[in-house]
Amino acid sequence: MAAQTLAQKLLAHASGRPGVEVDEIVNCRVDLAMFHDSSGPRRLKPMLEALGTGIWDRNKVVLVMDHYVPEADDDSRRIVRIAREWAREQDLPHVYDSVGICHVVLPERGHLRPGMLCVGGDSHSPTGGAFGAYMFGVGSTEMLGVVASGEIWVRVPQTLDMRWHGRLRDGVSAKDMMLHMVGRFGMNGGRYQAVEFSGEAVRALSMQERMTLSNMAAEMGAQAGLVAPDDTTLRYLRSVGVADADIDIEHWQSDPDAEAERYDFDANALAPQVALPHSPANTRDVDQCVGTAIQVAYIGACTGAKLDDLRAAARVLKGRRVAAGTELMVAPASQRDQEQAAREGVMDALVQAGANVLPTSCGACSGYGGSIPEGANVIATTARNFKGRMGPATAQVYLASPYTVAASAIAGAISDPREVLQ
Amino acid sequence: MTHRVWRVGADVDTDQLAPGAYMKLGIEDIAKHCLERVRPEFAGEVRPGDVLVAGPNFGIGSSREQAASALATLGLRAVIAPSFSGLYFRNAFNVGLLLLTCPEAETLQEGDRITLDLAAHQVVGPDGRALPCAPIPDFLQDMVEAGGLMMQLKKRLADGTLTRHPMRR
Repeated sequence: MAAQTLAQKLLAHASGRPGVEVDEIVNCRVDLAMFHDSSGPRRLKPMLEALGTGIWDRNKVVLVMDHYVPEADDDSRRIVRIAREWAREQDLPHVYDSVGICHVVLPERGHLRPGMLCVGGDSHSPTGGAFGAYMFGVGSTEMLGVVASGEIWVRVPQTLDMRWHGRLRDGVSAKDMMLHMVGRFGMNGGRYQAVEFSGEAVRALSMQERMTLSNMAAEMGAQAGLVAPDDTTLRYLRSVGVADADIDIEHWQSDPDAEAERYDFDANALAPQVALPHSPANTRDVDQCVGTAIQVAYIGACTGAKLDDLRAAARVLKGRRVAAGTELMVAPASQRDQEQAAREGVMDALVQAGANVLPTSCGACSGYGGSIPEGANVIATTARNFKGRMGPATAQVYLASPYTVAASAIAGAISDPREVLQ
Repeated sequence: MTHRVWRVGADVDTDQLAPGAYMKLGIEDIAKHCLERVRPEFAGEVRPGDVLVAGPNFGIGSSREQAASALATLGLRAVIAPSFSGLYFRNAFNVGLLLLTCPEAETLQEGDRITLDLAAHQVVGPDGRALPCAPIPDFLQDMVEAGGLMMQLKKRLADGTLTRHPMRR
């Protein structure tokens, strides 16, 4: 059999074949289906009832309430109520209500392992690829198909191997790597293929930093964003209660001679990145944006407010104050991350700097629950800055790492975090 | 039968097609706001059978399939563009919206009347010029013609190729 990439091995396993070829369409059995209050019950329940069928395997379903919580109005209350009632009615064993954003909750509760084929009712579902699982986002009707059948079709992708050599400099993070790649390849440069992140700089990243890479594979238009598992993966999975017997590191690696498009990057040379309005691909080195006034700094979202992101922001903000006329909002990505951050003094550092701490939900990132003022310049750790994404179409949203957002909050203008960290 | 062309540019994202602020609403109401930021008159004036012709990367962004259902609800016959977001592509066929990947799509102009020749994988412009489109896998073509995945699931449950599971109501 020809050498296989990690993506091919995962799809071969899921489709019950010894190997698969690029571009062939295979039918895969699904190991896990995750959806949230917006994409899930309110859409699935009526469609399942219309079909007169139920869930293929309740143990393989995870429901997370994160988009419309905390409920701000009657529509939100109605949507979340449907989710809660359906969860009870279906006796779902895995329901996480208002404890964090789905992509962060899923691994922290031990649901992901290398070798799995997972689908999520959210475009940032490639996040699961950080754990060596083939995970991708689908719409609600496609999720209906999965929930009714336990299967989904996949066109076997090429692999775009992003090899990051060297090590990131202090104050530069996975978010900068990803903004750089989105800028280089464009919002659809991933061509719905599989991206694999590899090399010394990726190996050196924590699991949460790897999740940031995989998460924003979506912004490159890739179907999946994979990181081959290693000792860092193993340690994380053990810490969240996954049994060693369920973790196979050795098998879930790309064969060295497998065919892939390979791209090389120098981590040492990477500067903090900023994506200008209104596209994540509109990326520059931070020095080209320094001095742009901002009124709102937002540290939130699955891609930008995990424990490691909060730690990064706190390193910059500790002992400093947010500039007058600038609002810093922090919406931690999960309650567990927030609790750990509190234990470490990270939350105190943020609050003492003047941060306004918001609930652990998707919040302003999705534009579902908006608190971004009209006409504001916003710098955010989120994944998307499409016009109007965060609410007002008049807002100018810049994307950057937690380091850069924190440094900009102090200055009231876009700033290079490396100058603060010195 | 000819179809009237509505033209939009490149990188039309899902927030333009189904704005986040209206996602709490049903699809009929979301559809009223479809593309309002780039073509405020679109939702009100588009007619069933019209086609949307766009630049590259149509449908980038969210997995919200309302971004495709909104166009299907408005009666669009097809979206024609040089490239689509992969996730949007799946969603569109699942909800019964035909997408045609056409490298020369941008040569078509606002108000042109065109015909679709699906069997020959092409669209024919007002000057009679044929623009080739990427072939669509048969199972997707069948699904979109049947009205989407829901119809297909219904059929499979009826003919026994898909097993029924308990509903727990």
